[in-house]
Amino acid sequence: MKMIIDGNEAAADVAYRVSELCSIYPITPSSTMAELADDWSAHRRTNIWGQVPTVIEMQSEGGAAGAMHGALQGGALSTTFTASQGLLLMIPNMYRIAGELTSTVFHVAARSLATQGLSIFGDHQDVMAVRQTGVCLLSSASVQEAHDMAAIAHSATLRTRLPIVHFFDGFRTSHELNTMQQISDDQLRQFIPHDLVLEHRARALSPANPFIRGTAQNPDTYFQSRETANTFYTWAPKVIAGEMDKFAELTGRRYHLVEYHGAPDAERVVVVMGSGIEAITPVVDRLNAEGGRVGVIQIRLYRPFPTDDFLAALPASVKTVAVLDRTKEPGASGEPMFLDVSSVLAEAVASGRREVLPTVIGGRYGLSSKEFTPAMVKAIFDEMAAEKPKPRFTVGIHDDVTHLSLDYDPSLDLEDPETLRAVFYGLGSDGTVGANKNTIKILGSSDDTFAQGYFVYDSKKSGSRTVSHLRFGPNPIHAPYLVSQAGFIGCHHWSILERVDVLEFARPGTTLLLNSPHGDDTWAHLPEPMQRKIIELGLNVYAIDAGKVARAAGLGSRTNTILQTCFFAISGVLPRETAIQKIKDAISKTYARKSAEVVRKNHEAVDSTLAQLHKVEVPEAATSEHGFIPPVPENAPQFVRTVTATMLSGRGDDLPVSALPVDGSYPSGTTKFEKRNISEIVAEWDPETCIQCGNCAFVCPHAVLRAKSYSDDQLDGAPEGFLYAPLNAAGLPSTQYTLQVYVEDCTGCGLCVEACPVRPIGQPSRRAINLTPKLEREAEKEAVEFFEQIPQNDRARVDFGTVRGTQFLEPLFEFSGACAGCGETPYLKLLSQLFGDRAIIANATGCSSIYGGNLPTTPWAKNAQGRGPAWSNSLFEDNAEFGLGMRLAADLHENLARTRLTEVKDQFGDDEFVDSILNARQEAGSELADQVERVTRLKAQLEGMSGPAVEDLRSVADQLIRRSVWIVGGDGWAYDIGSAGVDHVLASGRNVNILVLDTEVYSNTGGQSSKSTPLGAVAKFASGGKQTNKKDMAMQAMAYGSVYVARVAMGADPQQTLKAFREAEAYDGPSLIIAYSHCIAHGYDIRKGLEQQYRAVNSGHWPLMRYNPVIRDLGGNPFLLDSPRPRMSLSKYQSAELRYKVLKAADPEEAARLTELAQDQVDRRWAEYEELAMRGAEEFAADPRSHA
Amino acid sequence: MIDRHHVSLETNYMGLTLRNPVVASAGPLTQTVDGVKSLADGGVGAVVMYSLFEEQIRREAEAMAELEEMYEDSYAESLSFFPSVPDSDRDASHAYLTLVEESAKAIDVPLIASLNGSSMGGWTQTARRLADAGASAIELNIYFVPGDIFMSGSAVEERHVEIVSAVKDTVDIPVAVKLSPFFSSVGNMALQLDAAGADGLVLFNRFLQPDIDLGRVTVESGVSLSSPVEARLPRTWIAVLHGKLRASLAATTGVDTADDVIKYILAGADVVMTTSALLRHGTAYSSVLVDGLAKWLSAREISLSKARGLLAVPENAEASAYEREGYVSALHKAKETYGSLR
Repeated sequence: MKMIIDGNEAAADVAYRVSELCSIYPITPSSTMAELADDWSAHRRTNIWGQVPTVIEMQSEGGAAGAMHGALQGGALSTTFTASQGLLLMIPNMYRIAGELTSTVFHVAARSLATQGLSIFGDHQDVMAVRQTGVCLLSSASVQEAHDMAAIAHSATLRTRLPIVHFFDGFRTSHELNTMQQISDDQLRQFIPHDLVLEHRARALSPANPFIRGTAQNPDTYFQSRETANTFYTWAPKVIAGEMDKFAELTGRRYHLVEYHGAPDAERVVVVMGSGIEAITPVVDRLNAEGGRVGVIQIRLYRPFPTDDFLAALPASVKTVAVLDRTKEPGASGEPMFLDVSSVLAEAVASGRREVLPTVIGGRYGLSSKEFTPAMVKAIFDEMAAEKPKPRFTVGIHDDVTHLSLDYDPSLDLEDPETLRAVFYGLGSDGTVGANKNTIKILGSSDDTFAQGYFVYDSKKSGSRTVSHLRFGPNPIHAPYLVSQAGFIGCHHWSILERVDVLEFARPGTTLLLNSPHGDDTWAHLPEPMQRKIIELGLNVYAIDAGKVARAAGLGSRTNTILQTCFFAISGVLPRETAIQKIKDAISKTYARKSAEVVRKNHEAVDSTLAQLHKVEVPEAATSEHGFIPPVPENAPQFVRTVTATMLSGRGDDLPVSALPVDGSYPSGTTKFEKRNISEIVAEWDPETCIQCGNCAFVCPHAVLRAKSYSDDQLDGAPEGFLYAPLNAAGLPSTQYTLQVYVEDCTGCGLCVEACPVRPIGQPSRRAINLTPKLEREAEKEAVEFFEQIPQNDRARVDFGTVRGTQFLEPLFEFSGACAGCGETPYLKLLSQLFGDRAIIANATGCSSIYGGNLPTTPWAKNAQGRGPAWSNSLFEDNAEFGLGMRLAADLHENLARTRLTEVKDQFGDDEFVDSILNARQEAGSELADQVERVTRLKAQLEGMSGPAVEDLRSVADQLIRRSVWIVGGDGWAYDIGSAGVDHVLASGRNVNILVLDTEVYSNTGGQSSKSTPLGAVAKFASGGKQTNKKDMAMQAMAYGSVYVARVAMGADPQQTLKAFREAEAYDGPSLIIAYSHCIAHGYDIRKGLEQQYRAVNSGHWPLMRYNPVIRDLGGNPFLLDSPRPRMSLSKYQSAELRYKVLKAADPEEAARLTELAQDQVDRRWAEYEELAMRGAEEFAADPRSHA
Repeated sequence: MIDRHHVSLETNYMGLTLRNPVVASAGPLTQTVDGVKSLADGGVGAVVMYSLFEEQIRREAEAMAELEEMYEDSYAESLSFFPSVPDSDRDASHAYLTLVEESAKAIDVPLIASLNGSSMGGWTQTARRLADAGASAIELNIYFVPGDIFMSGSAVEERHVEIVSAVKDTVDIPVAVKLSPFFSSVGNMALQLDAAGADGLVLFNRFLQPDIDLGRVTVESGVSLSSPVEARLPRTWIAVLHGKLRASLAATTGVDTADDVIKYILAGADVVMTTSALLRHGTAYSSVLVDGLAKWLSAREISLSKARGLLAVPENAEASAYEREGYVSALHKAKETYGSLR
């Protein structure tokens, strides 16, 4: 059956149907496979033997592999899906599973590894890191192959008894939509040998036939035992080839372990594995057509390496072989596949199997989904023809340091002229990608059309730019690279074309569709370079005000249907009438079950679109007087102006090697140079109504609300429109207050409005801060500039103890790319305000590491003195340990600093000064400010001194300022994958602060259930509503008696949050703060996030509490219950969120059952907490450290 | 003398036979099967379910669809946030239909389902499903947002008639219309609805009329229970319409004691509906109302059918003249009480 699906679905569709168990864990880009398996299981889809497979989410990939190993020993057919770091965590089990000759398949969407930086994108670094474990490695090059090779892998693993890693290129194949043929259940049943399934089962552990597997072995036999499996590896290639032949008989699709394509008498042959083959084949054909003698070898089976097949495939005429590795092995004599090929050829020549040893060169390409195009391939063949080709090279980048890269001509176009290529620019969540996926299904569903879609996202979670690359045509589409010369370009937001060159992929005659709010004036508003290009290339330009059409049709800001209709109307991809009817049918199909109203409105929008779409008259010469908006201001630091700005304007691919840091260290605080202007409505302060409480600034997730108080004279030279009001505080006359809105950075999330407690009289819908159109606020950019030069309030004089006071502390976490209205970032911003100038942060992988550390720009910033949080991300699973290490280093070096300072005390001639440093109390803000000043002075004095002790001291002097170590991450880390580490660090007694940004779900990877997910909530991997209670981490941590614990929810009680942060930081031992973080994964407009926090607390779902061992030591009850007794039902809290509502809609009885159980649980826990709050101190565990 | 225990209170409402003319009107007590049962057990002649708000349901469905897409395709790692929930043929009105079905089975008096909306879409289909679920009749609550100053009176009237005809065409069970008193000619509107096939008219709907909180300087929405003085308007119109329509007449608003019930009956109501009294005094209170009616009838030795419409505007009288006469005498009385109104 013909289908249009992505590579992930193609692989999972087979894997699920031939398995009994899928043990899973989410990781990009493989998560989709696990999600689909879970979805199918929830929908009771059966495998080919009529059983519904069990799908179980584990706490980590290590756990998934462990469960898989156990299930295999139990005789079940088990599989798993993973990538990158996940695959690395499976390595120990892979050795075991292979060593025990156990049949299973790991489906891997191959991805980069975290090295100098993390990358979610595709290459072969992960699969190359398991090549030594004893698993077979089977590679797919396309969506169809991902499907077919999955079947071959499952069959072959049973026949060979060797575990198989079946992999395909992450994102490029895993996320590419393409037309393919599905293998039917019947075909699969014929293909998977049932007798071998029974044999697999017979090898299982059973008390009926007991044996022991997994012994400990000794020097006498381990070695020989290791050699016992050799024959299995010797046979495996032939067996797998046999399975491929059988597969061909069943389906007509023929595969070989090693595939050769090209001239039989080729002199130059490229060797490649994965999707890259499809970029090479057309070049080979072109060169041969031009009389060249070239070819390409595609490796499908990489382990065991199919030596015989390889030697048979490689023509004897070959003089030069270029082996392409999509990986990097620093320090090796070559990349892995290059070494394999080299040794095979060398041996073949030595043994006489081949006469001549060709020149073998090795190249790296495509790391982290770097484009790999026919143009690059052409450069490789050219290099091979050179007299002295580079023995090692890279392609696709510009290496101006070691000069390994090959130059290429990017204009080479070998695509099928019958294929229509289209590119669409949209913004995240605007529906563009969804509409394009829909278009692909519409067009691809007809028998004579093939379709392909690939979608590129930028690095931000809010207002991100998406670029959709679509191809349609009468022939199968093999083009695993972005569209370069598009016949159609759609720009769905005017703001995009003002910043980036959307005509990058235009060619003469391209049709350009603009979503323009400028009506007849559209042409005049285009940037000059764009106008010029339109004229030069003779583009056909159409425009529509899609926003207007959408609003008129009652669709709000959803313009996707309208723009999709435009594409169908003017691209000529189908006859107009047919196309329009197909869109309408698709709309009905998508929404009929959900809402008849949505169907009606969209149909209406389709009709009015056709009336509103118009052609833009193109004059003979460019008329515009403005260019593109520069990505960063002229006064930005040099690195930002060159490197960062290039990335921001979408040209990061052009950056040469020399431009980038060698060790992954990047400057702090660069988001401020990137004025993103992502929202058309922004906050506006009303100084007359404002009571200066600071609530809005406190909750602002993006740090765009800044408060300062200052003396009257600072107002000299204030620009018109600069707002201020007398400071609302007794005893400070002649002092002004300004709450400045950073209009260009505001995301319009509205949390500030929701947090504002006052309303102007008689205007109940307004507050002292409101959202208003940004267009009317252009002048405020000047106000921001003026505000910036007003000195920041002195930290020594700010009241750290009140929400009102904290607004005067400078945020050192600003303008992140987190979702508009993010529930996590306000906590991080608070952390940065309170402790940022002396904080060091270990950040677990997840949302916070992405908006905190995803290039191009970084939100962690520094103050005017150059101090600020130092931030790093190690991994997902090890973050607590990583942070503990930072603490240990800090402690070591603080001791060293003290020792050395004492040693050189005499050299200062000012004992009092040295003693004041050594004995400083560093608790209050003013004390810390004093110590910062003293240490700064100390460092200055050390500059003029010398000697080994002085040098030592200079290197660690800053450690004399009490260092604040923060360990930050989400619930996926703290509750699941990093749970053991968190536990260990809490038990260590060391002074670290653990902040859990609890969204009750894996937010970053798209909403998978964690152990924090509440009972009854629907999440991925919990389609039927989570069936177990949320883990009470606070109670677990309290049990140690030596851990400060707090559960906070800023939206319910900001003051309690503040108190908890300060107490936790001041506590000389491990602290744990669990912070309720509303999230888009909860399924509601998160503008209401604070209200939901209030409900979470007041329904008893999220009782606020603190546990302070210090109070226990002083003889008091350390357990402080901070929230009032629940005053609303749990269902009232739940009723606003889609994660609960969907279950209620789908299965009301089950929803009611789970809600009732959850309410019981809430009641019981509350009673327990109340009882704890009333106990005597002696009933709690003492802190053993203070009783030593 | 008629023994009050043997007074027949049997009532025909839209062709349905009711054991007495006291009916629980659409209100919050009918949100559960137990609530409906308790009303029936309390002694009412029929129960009208709370209103299924067509618009609200459509809006909710639309909002759910919107929410599901709201954050899709926002970032390469998180292209969606929810699993596809197992298919269900249940839409948003499913819970209401289930309640109708289970409630109808649980009680032995007629259950009238109530449908609230103001546009054409979706009504007929939902009405049919309500009938299939076991509703004995349907009450249409045609609610326009008061404050739309662009819709003409005739358009409002036409919309009412269209909706009634459309629903009547789809279901076999009786259909009542609950209407507002704000028509230029309420009587004529009643005649039009009667002609369009309405089996009953429920007088009147109460519009939400918000208050102002002077302390917080805000507009306060909210519903208050009706008071007996509000019964005067519907009672007057019932008195006018009695005997002039094929459709049954139901009175609603302002019932607190049996006296209020009796007054409505005397004005010509076939049935008298209340929620306020039952909310104030409990569901068992309906038996007090029923007993009070029986007692009054037996004390005066008059049958229910005789009492019904006893004080209605006589069929052959000219309504406006009759009203005017009442108006003149009311003015006269007011002058006596408060002095000249000049």
